[in-house]
Amino acid sequence: MESKTALYEAHMAAGGKIVDFFGWQLPMHYGSQLAEHHAVRRAVGMFDVSHMTVVDIVGPDAQAWLEVVLANNIQKISEGQALYSLMLNHQAGILDDCIVYARADGRYRMVYNAATFEQVSSWLKQQAQSMSVRLTWRDDVSMLAVQGPEAMTVLASVLPQYADALVRLKPFNFIEDETHFIATTGYTGEQGVEIILSHANVLALWQALLAAQVQPCGLGARDTLRLEAGFNLSGQDMDASTNPWMANVGWTIAWQPKARQFIGKEALLSLNEKEQVPLVGLIMTEKGVLRSQMPVYLMQGGEQVGQGVITSGGFSPTLGYAIALARLPMVPNAGAEVRIRHRALPVTITQPAFVRRGRAVHQPTT
Amino acid sequence: MANIPKELMYAQTHEWIKKDENGHYIIGVTDHAQALLGDIVFVDHKEVGEYVCAGDDVAIAESVKAVSEIFTPISGEVIAFNHRLEEEPELINTDAFGEGWLMIIRPSDESELQDLLDSEAYRDVIAEEEH
Repeated sequence: MESKTALYEAHMAAGGKIVDFFGWQLPMHYGSQLAEHHAVRRAVGMFDVSHMTVVDIVGPDAQAWLEVVLANNIQKISEGQALYSLMLNHQAGILDDCIVYARADGRYRMVYNAATFEQVSSWLKQQAQSMSVRLTWRDDVSMLAVQGPEAMTVLASVLPQYADALVRLKPFNFIEDETHFIATTGYTGEQGVEIILSHANVLALWQALLAAQVQPCGLGARDTLRLEAGFNLSGQDMDASTNPWMANVGWTIAWQPKARQFIGKEALLSLNEKEQVPLVGLIMTEKGVLRSQMPVYLMQGGEQVGQGVITSGGFSPTLGYAIALARLPMVPNAGAEVRIRHRALPVTITQPAFVRRGRAVHQPTT
Repeated sequence: MANIPKELMYAQTHEWIKKDENGHYIIGVTDHAQALLGDIVFVDHKEVGEYVCAGDDVAIAESVKAVSEIFTPISGEVIAFNHRLEEEPELINTDAFGEGWLMIIRPSDESELQDLLDSEAYRDVIAEEEH
């Protein structure tokens, strides 16, 4: 399968280097992923995220159904708000993460990943069979993310009809009318929005943003930005073989109200949270780049006392050194190292978030 | 269309080489190579004073995408490394044939240059790769 978004020609015109991403033809970058990354942290950038899956949920059982399939609790949000949640399987493995929006009249919209489209869509259809809920996958819409400290200002100038509403919009909220669905959600750790609109309208919006000096950003920058922010990538930092406590997303499980039975709850209750190998952050100030699947060795007094693996690694453009997320057992007083080209290089274990509001979360001692 | 300056010589492995006014040879990676590598963030290299043989890896370029070895087209002594690459490794991306030069080698056997490619032959190498 080779799908193109409505902005394919626009990506080509902007110098996009197109790659295959789970069947979608998308730009990896438009010349320099480092420059695109910096643009988002310092000003504003835009991402064509039309490959993401959008499904609308209606019906008398819509809320009740979401209370079953989501590990977080949909009752936490009211109309105009968004909720980040995992979808677990019966073994408490993570099928995917998603954002669910509470729309008017008891309707909902869910956005989840392109990579998991096949499996998760079948799963949701299966789960919907026993309840009065109708799922409509929206392949008639495009999605554009606009992110960065200047995002809201630029949007107010390019979409003046929403300027007042946008000023009042808190994070993880949304507004919508017949043409635009605008949510203050994103995957970069910066302020900004994700806009869902028709294929017919997205090109005009792209061009207006381009004219306002917004930097087009590709998949490369999307990945370095989310890694700096400590956001998991479904399928890489977490998947059906990992439970939430192995992926630093235990906080998204809603245990209240106690009576709520959600898929995966029984399995979670049978596990001991403290025995799970956690996902931690790593930073390396030596010259080099941490990469996915690199082993991490825990050393004490010259002896290896444990081992883990990097799930997502890369170079942090904002910090200027390598960062990673790694599944690593906690061994008190052990140091950690990776081995690159026959050299042992020390890494520092940190919390799994590296940049907040454009600044380093952890100050390295070297 | 790749940028392939006519006055340089090239290796199959995408390095370029040119003689300087002291009879030494400056080497770097080609524009085609830097585009394949993506944004370069670190360059590791052999020390000044080391002796290298044609075909040895003399530097490693770590880019956001991957790690790549860079090979010397000729044998000799490494007499200089472009120190600007420590702080600005992206010079390889922005000016591969100019400010992104890598190192200078005092040659031990200039006849090795006969094994290298001229710009036309290097253009053919790239064309082959793109099939």
